[in-house]
Amino acid sequence: MEIPYTASARPDTGLYNAKLGIWLFLASEVMLFGGLFSGYLFLRLGAEDGYWPHGLLNVPVGTGNTAVLILSSVTIVLTWANLKMRNFALAQRYLLATILCGVLFLVVKLAYEYPQKFQHFGAFIKKDAAHEYEAYLGNEHLKERGMPPRYEISGHLEAVEVSLTGDKAALVTLAEEHGLEVVEPPAGEHGHALMVEGKADREKPADQKKGVSPALAEKIAKVPGVKIEAFEVALDPANADPKNPDNDRPHFLYRHATDKVALLHAKDVQWASSFAPKHSSYFAVYFTITGLHGLHVLAGVLVMVYFYFFGIEIYRKNPEHQANRIEVVGLFWHFVDLIWIFVFPIFYLL
Amino acid sequence: MAAPITSNAHDDPHAHGHDDHHHELGFWQKYIFSTDHKIIGIQYGLTGLVFLAFGFLLMTVMRWQLAHPGTVVPGMGPVFASLGEFLKQHPLQDNTFDGWFWLRAVADQFPGGVMSADGYNSFGAMHGTIMVFFGIVPIAFASFGNFVVPLQIGAPDMTFPKINMASYWCFFISCVIMVISFFVPGGAAKSGWTSYPPLASVADSAFWSFFNGQTLWLTGMVFNITASLLGSVNFVATIIQLRAPGMTWMRLPFFVWAQFVTAFLLLLAFPPLEAAGIFQLMDRVAGTSFFMPTGLIVNGQPAHWAGGGSPILYQHLFWFLAHPEVYVLILPGIGMVTEVIANNTRKPIYGYKAMVGALFVLAFLSFIVWAHHMYMTGMGATVAAFFQTTTIMISVPSVILITALLISLWGGSIRFTVPMLFAAAFLPMFGIGGLTGIPLAFNAVDLYLHDTYYIIAHFHYVVAPGTIFAIFAGIYYWFPKATGRLLNDFLGRVHFFGSLIFINGVFAPMFLQGMAGMHRRWYDGGKIYEGLSNATVLGRTGLEWNTVISYSAFLLGVAQIPFIINFFWSMWAGKKVGRNPWDGTTLEWDAPSPPGHGNFDKPLTVYRGPYEYSVPGADKDFLPQTEAPKTSEKPLPTTTH
Repeated sequence: MEIPYTASARPDTGLYNAKLGIWLFLASEVMLFGGLFSGYLFLRLGAEDGYWPHGLLNVPVGTGNTAVLILSSVTIVLTWANLKMRNFALAQRYLLATILCGVLFLVVKLAYEYPQKFQHFGAFIKKDAAHEYEAYLGNEHLKERGMPPRYEISGHLEAVEVSLTGDKAALVTLAEEHGLEVVEPPAGEHGHALMVEGKADREKPADQKKGVSPALAEKIAKVPGVKIEAFEVALDPANADPKNPDNDRPHFLYRHATDKVALLHAKDVQWASSFAPKHSSYFAVYFTITGLHGLHVLAGVLVMVYFYFFGIEIYRKNPEHQANRIEVVGLFWHFVDLIWIFVFPIFYLL
Repeated sequence: MAAPITSNAHDDPHAHGHDDHHHELGFWQKYIFSTDHKIIGIQYGLTGLVFLAFGFLLMTVMRWQLAHPGTVVPGMGPVFASLGEFLKQHPLQDNTFDGWFWLRAVADQFPGGVMSADGYNSFGAMHGTIMVFFGIVPIAFASFGNFVVPLQIGAPDMTFPKINMASYWCFFISCVIMVISFFVPGGAAKSGWTSYPPLASVADSAFWSFFNGQTLWLTGMVFNITASLLGSVNFVATIIQLRAPGMTWMRLPFFVWAQFVTAFLLLLAFPPLEAAGIFQLMDRVAGTSFFMPTGLIVNGQPAHWAGGGSPILYQHLFWFLAHPEVYVLILPGIGMVTEVIANNTRKPIYGYKAMVGALFVLAFLSFIVWAHHMYMTGMGATVAAFFQTTTIMISVPSVILITALLISLWGGSIRFTVPMLFAAAFLPMFGIGGLTGIPLAFNAVDLYLHDTYYIIAHFHYVVAPGTIFAIFAGIYYWFPKATGRLLNDFLGRVHFFGSLIFINGVFAPMFLQGMAGMHRRWYDGGKIYEGLSNATVLGRTGLEWNTVISYSAFLLGVAQIPFIINFFWSMWAGKKVGRNPWDGTTLEWDAPSPPGHGNFDKPLTVYRGPYEYSVPGADKDFLPQTEAPKTSEKPLPTTTH
C-alpha cells in the first residue's frame, strides 16, 4: 500500500500532503505563540508603573542574531531553488550554511546571552523606602520628564553583608567551595557582622572583581543562622546616574555595570534575584518565549542535519521529493524566523 | 520541470492497493507499533474505554462519600486496615523516599478506608480530566475518526501514518503519567480539571518540584495536547487530500464533516492551553509568577513569588481552549448519530447542507464565547453583554443540527436496532443538556447557578447521555466493520434500557439540587450545612437526593456489565457478517469486514451523495455511493430530500 500525493500535488487541491500538513501545523503554532504573546501583552499592560524594565538586554547581540536568522532564511530558499534546478552539491552547501546559522544563533543565546543574565543582579526597592534610594532611582527627575517611576536597582553583585546567630563554619565552607571569602567589614562601616565577597576582591580594580553570583546569594540566605542584611551592588549606568537624561531611554550599545557601588539594605528590598525567570514578569515571559523559540530552532536544525546526511537517498529515487522535503522544512524555518521578528522588538527594543 | 505533475503512477490511490497485502508484518508492527489507521483507531478506542471506566470508578467512590459522608467505602475497610498495619511496619524514615511511597500516597487519601477531603478533591479533578481528555476525546474523535474517516472517504490510510502512530504513543505516555500521579506523595492533582491558579500553583508545592500530582498533571497534559495536535493535522490533511475519485465535498458523509471541523477546533484551540500549561509549569518549577498576583498570602505567610502575574490570564487562556473543547466533545457524537439515523430511518438526512453550514458557524462562534465561563470573575457589564450575545447566537447552529436530525425521523421506516436506540435517545438527552444551558448564558442567572449542581447536570446531560450514548451507537454500528461480527442484540437492548433509566436517575435530580442552591464542590455533600435549611424539593431535601443519585450511579455501573460481556464475547463468538450488515450506503461498507491493510480490495469511484436511501424507482432501498447511475436514471442532486 502506498499513500498517494506524497511527492507530487493532488490536481484539485494543488498541494502535496506534507505541504498541507506543515501549513496546518504552522496554523497551530501561530495559536501557540499567539497565546504566549497575549500572555506577554496581558502582563505588560497589567504591570504596575515602574515594574516593567527597559534596556536590560544586549541589543547589538540581539540584532546580530536577527541578521543571522534572516540570512539563514535566505540560504534555505537557495537550498530549495538549487534542488529544483538539480544542483545537489550546491544545495548541500547552502543547507550546511543554514544549519551553521541556526547553530550560531543557539550558541549566542545559550552560551552568551542567557549566562550573562544569570550573573546580573536586580533588586526591587519597597515603595515606602524608595525615597531613601532616590540617588539611584531618580524618580523626581523622571516625574519632571513625565515618565513612569523606577523601583529596580540592578548591576553586579559585589558582596553580601550578613549577620550571624549561629555557627560560622557552614557559611565559610559554602563560601570557600565557590571561591569566596568571609571577611570582617572595614572598620566603622555598616555594622553588620560579616561580609561575603570574591577572594581578594578588595585589592582588585573595579572591573576585575569577581563578586558573588546571585544564585549563591540565595544559597547563603538558606544557611542556618545566617541572615542577609544588605547587598553591595556595582550599579548599571541607569542607576549610577539616574538624573542624566541620556539614561532615560535604553541605549542601543550595551553598557557594563559602572564602578559606583550602592548598599541596598535587605529590609528595604521587596524582591531580589539574578535576571532569572523568577526575577520578574518581564524575565519570566522573556525566558519562556525565547526558550520555546530556541527549542523550535533546535528542532529545525536537527531536521536539517538529518536531511544533510540522509537526503541523498531520497534525492536519487526522486529529486522532486527531496526538494519538497526541503520546501517543508523551509516553511517551518521561515516561521521560526518570523517568530523571532516579533520576539526581538517586544523584548529588546520596546 | 518537464514532467507533468499529475501523471505520476505513485499518485493513483489504487494502483498499488492490492499488491502489498501479501507483505506480512510481525506481531509488534502489526498490532502494537502499527501505522495502520484501523489498528491505531482500535488502540485509541480501547485505551479510551479503559479510562472511561476508570473515570467512572473514581466518580462512584465520590458518590459513596456524598451519599454516606464520612463512612467507610464498602469493601475498603479491611483493605486499608491491613494497608495501615503494613505501613506501620515500614515507617517513613527521615522524610526520605522509600520503596513504599506509592502505597503511602494511596493510604493517605483514604484514612481507614474513608475518603479524605483531599482525596475527594483529587478524585474530582481527575474524574473531569480523565473523562474529557482521556475518555471522550480519544474515543469520539481519535478512535472513530481514525477508524472510520479514511474508510468513509475511500482512502488507503491516513496521509501521515507514522505521525499517526506518534500521536497514539504521545497519548499513551500522557495516560501513563496521569496514572502515576495517583501514587506520588500528596496524590493526584486536586485543583479541578480546570487547574485554576493560584490554587494550582500553590498545591503540592511541598514536594519535589517534578514529582507531585499537580506538576505531573501539567506534564501529562502537554503530551496529551501534542498527541491531539499530531492527530488533528493528520485528519484535516487526510480529508482534503485522500478523498477517492468522485468524492466531492458535498458527497462527504456528515460524520466526516463533523470530524473535519472538530480537527480544526483541536488544531487551533488547544495551543493556547498549551501556552497556559507551559506558563503554569514555569510557575511551579522555575518560580515565575505568570499567574501569581503581587502580595499573595498563603497559609498566613507572604508567598515567595515575585508577583505581578494574573490568575485571570490563566482563565482566559484555559477557556479559550475549553469552550471549543465542548464542541470537540459533542460534534463527533452528532456525526455518529447522523450516520446511524440515516441508516436506520432508511431515508436521507434532512437539511444536509444546512447542517454542514451550521457546523462551520458553530466552530467559528465557539472561539468567541469563552468568557461566559468567567462571569464570576466580576467582569464589566460591557464584556459580559458581548459574551452573552455570542453565547445566545451559538445556540442557533446547535438548534439547526438537532432539529435537522429530529425532522430526519419524520416519515422514515425506522428500524429500532441497538445503534438506533442509542441514537434516538441521544436526541432528547442532548436536547435537555442544550436547553438547560440557555439560562446559563445570561450573566445575572449564571451568578446564581454557577458552582451549583445545576451546572454539573447541564454539562453532563450534553456529554454523558449525549456524547457517550453517541459513542455507544457508534460502537454497536461499526463493531461489525472492525471485527466482522455483530454485537449481541439482546444484551445490547438490556444495556441500552439500563443505561437510559439510571443515567437520568443520576443527572435529573441534580437540576433540582442546583436550583435549590447546593454547591458543587462540598466533599460531604453539604452535610455540615444540614441544620441550616430544611427546604425540600419534591418531598426530599437536597441531601436525600444525594442518596438517590448515588444509587442510580451504582446501578448505571451495573448496567454496563452486559456491554462489557457483549463486547468480548461477540469479538470471538458473535454472528459473522459480510461487508454490509446494515445495508448502508457510505464507502466503509464497500470494504471487507474487517478491512485489510490498505482498506479496499478494488478501485473505487464515487457517483452519489452519502444518504441515497429509498430512492424512488430504485430496485433496492439503498444505493451505495459507489453504484454507478443506470443510464435510465435521472441524476439526483448531491443530496436528496
